[in-house]
Amino acid sequence: MSKALETQKVFPEGTLLNSEKPVILVGAATCGRASGAIEVIAALEAKLQETGVDAILRQVGCAGMCHAEVLVDIIKPGHPRITYGHVTPDVARQLVEDYLLNNNPRPDLALGTSGEGSISGIPILADQPEHKYQTRVVLRNCGHIDPTSIDDYIAQEGYKGLPIALAMAPEEIIQLIKKSGLRGRGGAGFPAGKKWESCLLAKNTEKYVICNADEGDPGAFMDRSVLEGDPHSVVEGMTIAGYTIGAAKGYLYVRAEYPLAVRQLRTAIAQAKERGFLGKNVLGSGFDFELEIFQGAGAFVCGESTALVMSIEGRRGMPRPLPRPRTTEEGLWGKPTLLNNVKTFACVPQIIYRGPEWFASIGSENCRGTAVFALTGKIQKSGLIEVPMGTKLDTIINEIGGGVSGGRKLKAVQTGGPSGGCLPTSMLNLPVDFDSLTAAGSMMGSGGMVVLDDSTCMVDVAKYFLEFTLEESCGQCVPCRLGTEQMLKILHDICSGHGREGDIELLQQLGEGIIAGSICGLGQSAPNPVLSTIKYFREEYEAHIRDQRCPALVCKELIYYQIDAAKCKACGLCLKACPVGAISGAKKEPHFIDQAKCTKCGICLETCPDKFKSIERVTGKQI
Amino acid sequence: MVTLFIDDLEVQVEKGSTILQAAQQLGIYIPTLCYHPDLSTFGGCRVCMVEANRKLVTACRAPVEQGMVVRTDSKAARELQRMVVELILTNHNGDCLACKKNGECQLQQVANHVGITREDMDRLRPIAPPADTDQSNPFFMVDRSRCILCGVCIRTCEEINGAAAIEFGFRGNRTAVVTSNNSGIAQSNCESCGECLERCPTGALAKKNYERPTREVKTICPYCGVGCAIFLGVRGSRIVSVRGDSTSPVNRGQLCVKGRFGFHFVNHPNRLTSPLIRRDGQLRPASWEEALDLVASKFSDIKTTHGPQSLAGISSARCTTEENYLFQKLMRSLGTNNIDHCARLCHAPTVAGLATVLGSGAMTNTIGEIEGAGTIFVIGSNTSETHPVIGYRVRKAVKKGAKLIVADPRRIPLADQADVYLPLKPGTDIALLNAMLHVIVKEGLQDQSFIQSRTEGFQDILPVIEKYTPEFAEELTGVPAEDIVRAARLYAKASSAAILYTMGITQHTCGTDNVLTLANLALATGNLGKPHAGLNPLRGQNNVQGACDMGCLPGVLTGYQPIADAAVREKFSRAWGLEVPANPGVTIGEMFTRAHKKEIRAMYIMGENPVLTDPNGNHIKECLAALDFLVVQDIFLTETAEMADVVLPAASFAEKEGTFVNTERRVQRIRQALKPIGQSKPDWEIIRDLAQKCGFGWQYAAPVEIMDEIRTLTPSYAGITYERLEKGGLQWPCPSPEHPGTPILHMEKFSRGLGKFSPVEFNSPDEMPDQEYPFVLSTGRSLFQYHSGSMTRKSEGLNLLHGEEYVEINPKDAHALGLTPLDLVKVVSRRGEVRSKINITDRVSPGNVFMTFHFSETATNLLTNEKACQVAKTPELKVCAVRLEKAN
Repeated sequence: MSKALETQKVFPEGTLLNSEKPVILVGAATCGRASGAIEVIAALEAKLQETGVDAILRQVGCAGMCHAEVLVDIIKPGHPRITYGHVTPDVARQLVEDYLLNNNPRPDLALGTSGEGSISGIPILADQPEHKYQTRVVLRNCGHIDPTSIDDYIAQEGYKGLPIALAMAPEEIIQLIKKSGLRGRGGAGFPAGKKWESCLLAKNTEKYVICNADEGDPGAFMDRSVLEGDPHSVVEGMTIAGYTIGAAKGYLYVRAEYPLAVRQLRTAIAQAKERGFLGKNVLGSGFDFELEIFQGAGAFVCGESTALVMSIEGRRGMPRPLPRPRTTEEGLWGKPTLLNNVKTFACVPQIIYRGPEWFASIGSENCRGTAVFALTGKIQKSGLIEVPMGTKLDTIINEIGGGVSGGRKLKAVQTGGPSGGCLPTSMLNLPVDFDSLTAAGSMMGSGGMVVLDDSTCMVDVAKYFLEFTLEESCGQCVPCRLGTEQMLKILHDICSGHGREGDIELLQQLGEGIIAGSICGLGQSAPNPVLSTIKYFREEYEAHIRDQRCPALVCKELIYYQIDAAKCKACGLCLKACPVGAISGAKKEPHFIDQAKCTKCGICLETCPDKFKSIERVTGKQI
Repeated sequence: MVTLFIDDLEVQVEKGSTILQAAQQLGIYIPTLCYHPDLSTFGGCRVCMVEANRKLVTACRAPVEQGMVVRTDSKAARELQRMVVELILTNHNGDCLACKKNGECQLQQVANHVGITREDMDRLRPIAPPADTDQSNPFFMVDRSRCILCGVCIRTCEEINGAAAIEFGFRGNRTAVVTSNNSGIAQSNCESCGECLERCPTGALAKKNYERPTREVKTICPYCGVGCAIFLGVRGSRIVSVRGDSTSPVNRGQLCVKGRFGFHFVNHPNRLTSPLIRRDGQLRPASWEEALDLVASKFSDIKTTHGPQSLAGISSARCTTEENYLFQKLMRSLGTNNIDHCARLCHAPTVAGLATVLGSGAMTNTIGEIEGAGTIFVIGSNTSETHPVIGYRVRKAVKKGAKLIVADPRRIPLADQADVYLPLKPGTDIALLNAMLHVIVKEGLQDQSFIQSRTEGFQDILPVIEKYTPEFAEELTGVPAEDIVRAARLYAKASSAAILYTMGITQHTCGTDNVLTLANLALATGNLGKPHAGLNPLRGQNNVQGACDMGCLPGVLTGYQPIADAAVREKFSRAWGLEVPANPGVTIGEMFTRAHKKEIRAMYIMGENPVLTDPNGNHIKECLAALDFLVVQDIFLTETAEMADVVLPAASFAEKEGTFVNTERRVQRIRQALKPIGQSKPDWEIIRDLAQKCGFGWQYAAPVEIMDEIRTLTPSYAGITYERLEKGGLQWPCPSPEHPGTPILHMEKFSRGLGKFSPVEFNSPDEMPDQEYPFVLSTGRSLFQYHSGSMTRKSEGLNLLHGEEYVEINPKDAHALGLTPLDLVKVVSRRGEVRSKINITDRVSPGNVFMTFHFSETATNLLTNEKACQVAKTPELKVCAVRLEKAN
């Protein structure tokens, strides 16, 4: 214990919050970059130089407010930190001018403040609904520290868990993890302590730790944000895990489509080795641990543990069918292997440092801690959010997310990505955690949450997700490969007006068969989007099949455009705009759409002046 | 044992068995598609889903549990089985009449079992299967519209053959079985063994031009020395198919491309159908009477005029044991021991070397043991191409954890799987092996108790190996010293280590010394006389072992009984009713030299083609031309037969009875499938008839009578009868009718008593490269052809896969010579020159080139050096100096 603690003197003092100079933080994770963060940084650098302002400019990870990118935070000594949203290079230059030079905090551009004190005209961020209901454990450092600086991480309680763990017996650590109630954040929610324990008990001199960062759900970017914004938390968590189970080597399986995450991880690994947190004789404890990054080639199914292991071994990633030994007993190269998600590892250092009681105090009865969601779709404030397990769906959508965007009505919430399901508005009171989502026919999955409004066709949504799973099926088992394709064919038929009586039952029958008969989680959950939409939105399926109607007016082959002769003022705009010449009419004569020619592009509808509104999109049997 | 209940029936099975195995024991059918008993389980098709303890599991994978209750026909299981089959059928080319597997299709059987109806299928949407076929392989096609992606072919390729040429590619509904780079199957590393099509449950992999046989005859493959048991499929009077005999301990049903597909020579129109006699310089058809009379009278005249030593005979490793026996009996009855055969060009150093130090010159262990070896040391053997089925065993052993050491100047395919690959310079084997011994002794890894109790002369080798440090050997061999050390440790520390070697060891001027050094290695580590170990010369021809056993060698009679031994001669003289000559005969090489000097005047060549297969081909032709009289007996008019005065048409292996002895000393029956083509006759009949014409009065009515004679004269064959062979092969020594045969030699003691160490020094090959001839040429064989090609080149398919010579040359050398892939070269040695296409490949190292000797258009043996090993007289076919010239 003493030896390990001695090494704490390598920890430098806090670097950011107590700065004597102004500090500017720019959110430069992939999301920020896509919105122009690099240009903003260049503008700030130039402006600082030009004006001679002595400020520290730092790139940080994603703070989660994707709806307001580019985010720039300015901390002036003695003032609360101000977060500005929608910053462009021009705005950035202006902020240097106004706030740093002329002390005008520009409340009009600010989203809010954080830290001690307040600034008139700027709300306190933490008081706003978007932040009030969030608790940041996994994302605690994202957007706040420079991911390329190990000192930044250390200043935020980083590498404080590792020396404590190294002074404990592996069994003690496992007891502690068990006590915290941590469950794997990869989607299935398997108790982490139990998994670690079975890996510790597996008798072998060679063991491995793998971090699963093969995040592949459409619209999910939680793991990427952690790796880009706070890579050291994962490095520290994996090192603790390695020490606990007795592994000398860990792999980070990161998809190659995450180049920035890979870069930040490389830097973090090199820094951690340099400081003795990783490599030979970690912190003088005698424990050796090496980390290697393995880049996946973009196969979704390689997120499944046995497929992932095969992929690292250089083979085609295909899940191994049951019955088979657990990965904790026979994993990589046939050796006991501990495989956890990015977020699981990111929780570990804090659980050790702050104690299991702290972690267990967050969340719901059987699901401790927080849940991270990538909140997207038709929502006002899309972004990365973290809430205590058990937070109600309603809180997430309407408080944190600010409700449905575009003034439309909420129709459903899709969680769990392609493996999950769609929950109707009647389930807004559902507390969100592993168990309740599964019980409702969806799942937590890796944490995607897509908000659907009333312009969404649920059959179309189901089709979209099924297309994804079919595309990503490894193809080895018949139910997954051909079953999902069969279901997809049927959905295509339904959406194009060729649905048959009995198709709904057939879909359910196939879905249940695929769940029962597939080898891995991909196939076993592939029918979820279809089954959950049938369960909650059956009437939409029936409308498509029986009446050839798409109630949401989405399915192209079931809708058509018509001109209300009574409203048409024969202005000729639509006639000119129609790209295929399907509209005919003369002056003072109501126009008419030739359905045989119409390609249903919808341009006429957009062209028709609001004051007339004579063109409508309709569905059902054509008149 | 575990007791469980399947459909109310109680069954007891071994712990670790699967539900499927238990059901099979009860005779309960569970439908399967991706399951194959030879392969690891996959569990992908999901057709074998059953309910076990109320949970749905795949019967092929789920292990049995005590008291388990299994329902193969529960509602849930049935529904799932049916769904899976329905789904497969939605995506399957259902034109069964046009499918080659119609009637044998497992999918049909499974669909029948689950009871698919038209109404069931009508609910579902058809999903068009891929329409493409891969026709690139001459022997089989891949029809993706019938592929159900069960992966049986993939596992077969990886687990049976080991080539791993195919794998699943792409994802989702585009998932397909692909080769690397998604090339055509013929452009991949597929070895065309056809094992996958034997196991494919549907018509996705099917033979091209397949005709179903009307009957099958069990016999032995006529190609290499592995001796695979096969069923010849006959339709009318044609061979139309070959399949492996799964009950054979030798090949377990597995075959290689030549064995399975190379049968076209049997019914080929070029077969010799009548005797030919040279008249006015032309070979013209004649009657048997005329031809045999002529041969008998010529032999008699020449013998009378020039003495019996003016006659010589070359027997055939392609013919049966019985025929070889008769051949040497005829030559010796004519009064000469001038009898030899192609073993002279291959394993004579083995026979000579091992007989001296162990007492027996044959493979010590069996093929089946290779799979269980701790370490396998393959030296000078391109096993996966020349003995493919043994190659499968080596790869399987590696998969099971055996360590593999490969020593070969050429990076042969097996080197890719090796733990240590030793790319030695050609002809430096002794330096390498002595250095391995040096390391073993220095590190104390030798088996001291074995050395003490079973061997003699260990002390004699110590002063010699002393100077062969790994560093010194590195200088001589070019192999990094540390790799030599690693190899020595892997070999010596293994629980059992098997050495496999072939021509790379023997075809050198130091061939016998090479063999002795290998023997030193095996003796020092106690790797003889125990399972999964041994010294295993892999014999090249189907019956080269039998031809040697039968005394088709100048110095020995059957069972290696020395001609020099008066008692032996006495025994044979009495049995044969004439005086067996005492003066030693000469070897093949000397026969030709003597023919050139007119000391030998007449030759009888049975089933050999020395013009193409023997070194310095121009010289061979000159020698043959110098003869007064040449008789060639063959199934085709070979390059050698074209020079003959009389050509006798022989029946092929498919047209006669007899035995072949495989490389592991296993005597196996071959059986007649067809009547001899045209007027051709089995070789034994021809020899018998000729002997009668010569006045010896032989009366053999069938090969079984010949074998009975062999038994009485040959102690190691004494227990081998046709009756016993009906039940399977027997490995000699088999001294009595009760003896079970001897799988492993030297178990208790060596045939000569103690195993003998031999001090051996390294000497350079005879002809080293110089400025004029800067390259070392090594020769060898290709997987797709066999020897002089007289059989394999009758198969269009084999020719398509490898139909002409390509000199292998390293990219560096090609660059230096300004050669590009489409160039032609002239390869020139001191003895001759040939033209060839080239293959630029790093399989050969700089300074070395490699050629096969299969193609008469590029007769490689015009180049090779006839300089031979002093002891065994085997020429140095593996090293000669050549130069390459661009010759577009």
